[in-house]
Amino acid sequence: MDLKKAIRSNKFIVTSEVGPPKGTDITKMLDTAKPLIGKVDAINVTDLQSAVMRLGSLAGSYLLKQMGIDPIFQITCRDRNRLALQSDILSAACLGIENILALTGDHPLKGDHPQAKPVFDLDSIQLLEIIKTLQQGKDSSGNKLKGKPEFCVGAVVNPCADPLEPELIKMEKKIACGVQFFQTQGVFDIIRFKEFITKVTQYNIPIIAGIILLKSGKMARYMNENVAGIYVPAKLIKEVESASDKQKKSIEIAVRMINELKGLCRGVHIMPIGWERLVPEIIDSSGI
Amino acid sequence: MIITEKRSRKQIFNSLKGNKTVFLIGCAQCATVCKTGGEDQVDEMESDLRKEGLKITGKAILDPACHLVKVKQLFHKNKETFKQTDAVLVLACGDGAQVIKDGTKAERVLPALETLFLGEVERAGHFTQKCILCGDCIIDRTGTICSLTVCSKGLLNGPCGGSKNEKCEVDKEKDCGWILIYKSLKESGDLDNMRKIYKPLDYSKQLKPQKIIL
Repeated sequence: MDLKKAIRSNKFIVTSEVGPPKGTDITKMLDTAKPLIGKVDAINVTDLQSAVMRLGSLAGSYLLKQMGIDPIFQITCRDRNRLALQSDILSAACLGIENILALTGDHPLKGDHPQAKPVFDLDSIQLLEIIKTLQQGKDSSGNKLKGKPEFCVGAVVNPCADPLEPELIKMEKKIACGVQFFQTQGVFDIIRFKEFITKVTQYNIPIIAGIILLKSGKMARYMNENVAGIYVPAKLIKEVESASDKQKKSIEIAVRMINELKGLCRGVHIMPIGWERLVPEIIDSSGI
Repeated sequence: MIITEKRSRKQIFNSLKGNKTVFLIGCAQCATVCKTGGEDQVDEMESDLRKEGLKITGKAILDPACHLVKVKQLFHKNKETFKQTDAVLVLACGDGAQVIKDGTKAERVLPALETLFLGEVERAGHFTQKCILCGDCIIDRTGTICSLTVCSKGLLNGPCGGSKNEKCEVDKEKDCGWILIYKSLKESGDLDNMRKIYKPLDYSKQLKPQKIIL
């Protein structure tokens, strides 16, 4: 099922993601995506994730589309001004891409070209508003378009943002800009996630919760220290550390999280971070 | 206040290569406060250049260096000296250096400082950037804190997803600008300002070079 249909159908939505390569060898990216055909509703293609220069998300999305996968084209404000962003959005529509996910983007200082000029001509809210305007047949200057794009528009939200209130205010603005679904940062703390869900149920919008595969205690601690909005409870860290077979444990935790999330939100977004080959088993074992 | 810092001596000596005589100009305003272009720094530069074998034809501290009339007055008083000068080395901001070029018509006017930002003086030697001179002030709606300056991405509609422990994603030592704004708005009961959607900035207002005639 594609994403649009999955959202409409009320089924439990499953998405995953792939990162385009640094270079032109796309074999690994396509090999990673292939086993997911028929198992996920859509696959996100990240846009220069971590501000590292790579193959673009537009080309990546198109390549997945050619394989029969419904791609979610991620687009960030980091390195394109409003002209380039609008142009890429029109390009995506012409290449048959039906889902778009608008993000602010990591700062270039976080990536491998820290000397690059940060653009941020728009922020994610303004980008979403421009996507809305384009879909109404006009560009951001009010000029009429010849043919208009049509997308299922998504955005991201961080359920464990602290403080949460500014994040919720921004979420409301995203909804006002026409967002049709949210994908979240990786969830490890179900209690906090439940609190978040209680606050956002009123918006009546599909929330697709992020699942990050835990590879080790070291990774969990690193994320707790450095990654915004990620809190891996100490109990979970211990559980990973004491496991002899880390991959088996990672699958077990992911499946458990998915099962707990089933009644709470509309779906899950599995971020395998290198362990892509485990995703099919996770999906099968959790019965989604 | 225009905040400056000293260029490395190596860079300055390199830029002076091929010149034998130098006139030094500092600034009694911003560069004096920044301890980059006051009397002490001009004297220090004089001594360092002498050690490099350069001859100092004269020195002056303008008040301020960015004022064309003051520069012209200095030039008229020192016409003969300027004739014997290969290069003027300016211990003031980049604007000051260019005004000195305009006012003295000296062949070579070179900067001795890096010009960093418009900043506030928190206390002696502590300078902070608060305003990026955008020409379209937003602080009436952001709790008198400029998000274009305090947010590393210059966002207008709230924090990005990169804030951790209320710090910025690019520097754990820096506060997340939008959390500062959120707290300020909450405290004054103006949180509704954050709920509004703000349009992208109009960069045509920042078309360079700008000029105003009163």
